[in-house]
Amino acid sequence: MNFSFDDQQVQFRDAVRSFLVVQAAPEVLREHWETTDSGRSPEMRQKITEQGLTALSVPEAYGGLQQGDLDWVLLLQEVGYHGIPDSLSDAAYVGVGIVAALEDEAFKSEWLGRMCEGKARLAISHPLNPLVHDAQIADLILLWHNDEVHAATPDQVGLELNPSIDASRRLYKLDWTPSDATRVCDAASGKAIWAQAVNRAAVAVGAQMVGLAQRMLDLGVDYSAQRKQFGKPIGSFQAIKHQMADIAVKIEFARPVLHRAAYALQHGDATLEAKVSHARLACAEAALLAARNAMQAHGAMGYTWEADLQMFMKRAWALESFWGDRLFHKQRVAQALFAADAQIGPGTTF
Amino acid sequence: MDLNYTQEQQQFRATVRGWLEAHVPSAPLPSFDTEEGFAAHRQWEAKLASQGYSAVTWPKDLGGLGADLIEWLIFEEEYWRAGAPGRVNQNGIFLLAPTLMEYGTAEQKARFLPRMATSEDTWAQGWSEPGAGSDMAAIRSTARREGDEFVINGQKIWSTRAVYADWLFGLFRSESGSSRHHGLSFILMPLDLPGITVRPIRQLNGLPGFAEIFFDNVRVPANNLLGGEGEGWRIAMATAGFERGLMLRSPARFQKTAADLVALYQANRERCDADPAIRDAVMKCWMDAEAYTLATYATASRLAKGAKIGAEASTNKIFWSELDVKMHETAMSILGARAELMPHAPRAEGIAQWLDGFLFSLAGPIYAGTNEIQRNIIAERMLGMPRA
Ligand SMILES: Cc1cc2nc3c(=O)[nH]c(=O)nc-3n(C[C@H](O)[C@H](O)[C@H](O)COP(=O)(O)OP(=O)(O)OC[C@H]3O[C@@H](n4cnc5c(N)ncnc54)[C@H](O)[C@@H]3O)c2cc1C
Repeated sequence: MNFSFDDQQVQFRDAVRSFLVVQAAPEVLREHWETTDSGRSPEMRQKITEQGLTALSVPEAYGGLQQGDLDWVLLLQEVGYHGIPDSLSDAAYVGVGIVAALEDEAFKSEWLGRMCEGKARLAISHPLNPLVHDAQIADLILLWHNDEVHAATPDQVGLELNPSIDASRRLYKLDWTPSDATRVCDAASGKAIWAQAVNRAAVAVGAQMVGLAQRMLDLGVDYSAQRKQFGKPIGSFQAIKHQMADIAVKIEFARPVLHRAAYALQHGDATLEAKVSHARLACAEAALLAARNAMQAHGAMGYTWEADLQMFMKRAWALESFWGDRLFHKQRVAQALFAADAQIGPGTTF
Repeated sequence: MDLNYTQEQQQFRATVRGWLEAHVPSAPLPSFDTEEGFAAHRQWEAKLASQGYSAVTWPKDLGGLGADLIEWLIFEEEYWRAGAPGRVNQNGIFLLAPTLMEYGTAEQKARFLPRMATSEDTWAQGWSEPGAGSDMAAIRSTARREGDEFVINGQKIWSTRAVYADWLFGLFRSESGSSRHHGLSFILMPLDLPGITVRPIRQLNGLPGFAEIFFDNVRVPANNLLGGEGEGWRIAMATAGFERGLMLRSPARFQKTAADLVALYQANRERCDADPAIRDAVMKCWMDAEAYTLATYATASRLAKGAKIGAEASTNKIFWSELDVKMHETAMSILGARAELMPHAPRAEGIAQWLDGFLFSLAGPIYAGTNEIQRNIIAERMLGMPRA
């Protein structure tokens, strides 16, 4: 029994963190989001590729690093912390996972190879998400249809742009017709592939939410150390302190749940869905509280476009219902918890 | 990361389970806040001690099993699963003992620990005073050094189990004229010394669960000083760290309550489901009990790699105490009109634990440093926010 990460996993996480601190400053991201059509930057994607992130999940046989869910769960907290758009995790983690599970070798080696080289963007269409982000600049869209997996390029589908409050998200309503030509996997195999994809995506969202919570906590703490009223830093006022402390508590008790869910994904687990959804709910709770309390600590400044806090708050609001809303995840927990044969109580956690 | 128990850990669990199944009293013992209940719990502790089970994490030569923290968690899981009696000497075994092991002399360890393990000596803690609650550094009770003795004067209050306990550990001002956290000493004394008066205080449930203690020129041998004279504050802070950290409230306790709550919900499902808020609360309680368990396993794993518990321990105390309140509030609303029944009421059969637990849960955010104080600690020491 050892519920901690290996040194190697922590070192890789730290390396990615240092990279993002330098390369993903808020002003850089804002420029991508606010001044370009796609909201995405080829240079940034190139740098991310050089860090190995697009190849992280790709099996070694296809030129990748073949790392697992536990590696991702650490990295995605950094991705969330730095506000990197969720297209990275959907493409390099969830999308690669879907492609790698397919049987069509030619299809796999083409797309996994391109992912490793950073020459492909994947978007995913699934009924949990009525709209698909980054569909227009995707090189390939993976689509759910009655548990089958289909694949199409953006020019094969109708796309209607729907802007989000999160300036980084370009959401599209898709209009397409499934056909033999688009089908890459039948429902019999597709069912498990999609189930795993949903669980991965939910863990990915959870990880980003914890990262966001930590970022907003840090912003709240920093701002309240600098801003003075009544002749003192507002951070010396207990009302502000306690709001920040409450976020710290939520984070502290969301992370282990998240890490447990990633472990369950990587190693398989009889109640995987409940574990993933629990993680997702706990992480979202931390992020939403962080948004609320950090904004309060910023006063009117928190209500502006100018303060960076908004970037992270809006991401948290958007992610709250991405890959399953609260109701969906609660139902999955309820199903396991209230089952007739549920194993609960002391000694049943592992 | 490897979330499988080793063979040895599984074996340990099986052994503990077997022993508890054979020995846990079939009917619950009377409350340890009554004289007969205290005695019955003391006997139970002696039985536990005969197996090294009263203090599994202690070294073997002091009466423990030398268990690591994961084994401790396993033990606690089995203990709560078995519905075994409450721990009457937890102030001693879980709070004072780690402090004694760190700061005590060899002579003190030999004198106190084995008798603590068997509960021949039971312990009460004496920090709080009428004028020193959250502001513990305002302590005024004094310990004046006279040759080989300290002469103790003053008053302590809210001392849990002190009505029936044998010994007291606490903080006293040993340097006259000193203020705040300077000049305090950590002193141990039997509660039957001449000059000590223990006055029981009834708690919400009507039982004398804590007491006031008055000291009138009480003479305590100087070899009952723990650590250096005037170093009491630092040592007491270490004790507080253990209290907030891991040992005071093992996750199994809350998992047991959460499981009982789920069962209570299932048994009253028809009525409960008319109010979706109840189902939601039950789920949340179970999830939080799991979260607390996972967080504790993560901390135990980190400590096994050599990390130390820091200010984040304050997050634990807030989390478990608020969870405990929420679980019991939820149970009370499920029980509806029966919730108010005293445990001995004929119609309270089978539900007595909830009212008792509800009352006690409300003390959780107060004792061991109030949750407001914990939030201050988190803000200032963990997050580095400016002091007032
Ligand atoms: C069941 C129970 C068992 C106990 N057992 C023991 C024991 O064995 N030994 C022992 O020594 N003591 C014991 N205590 C006492 C406990 O440690 C104190 O109650 C606690 O430290 C709070 O002190 P107080 O009661 O004087 O409250 P106060 O300090 O008067 O606090 C009252 C309220 O004011 C708030 N407050 C105070 N200062 C601040 C601040 N700086 N910032 C924000 N809010 C503040 C508190 O959070 C609280 O809400 C026990 C208490 C209970 C309820």
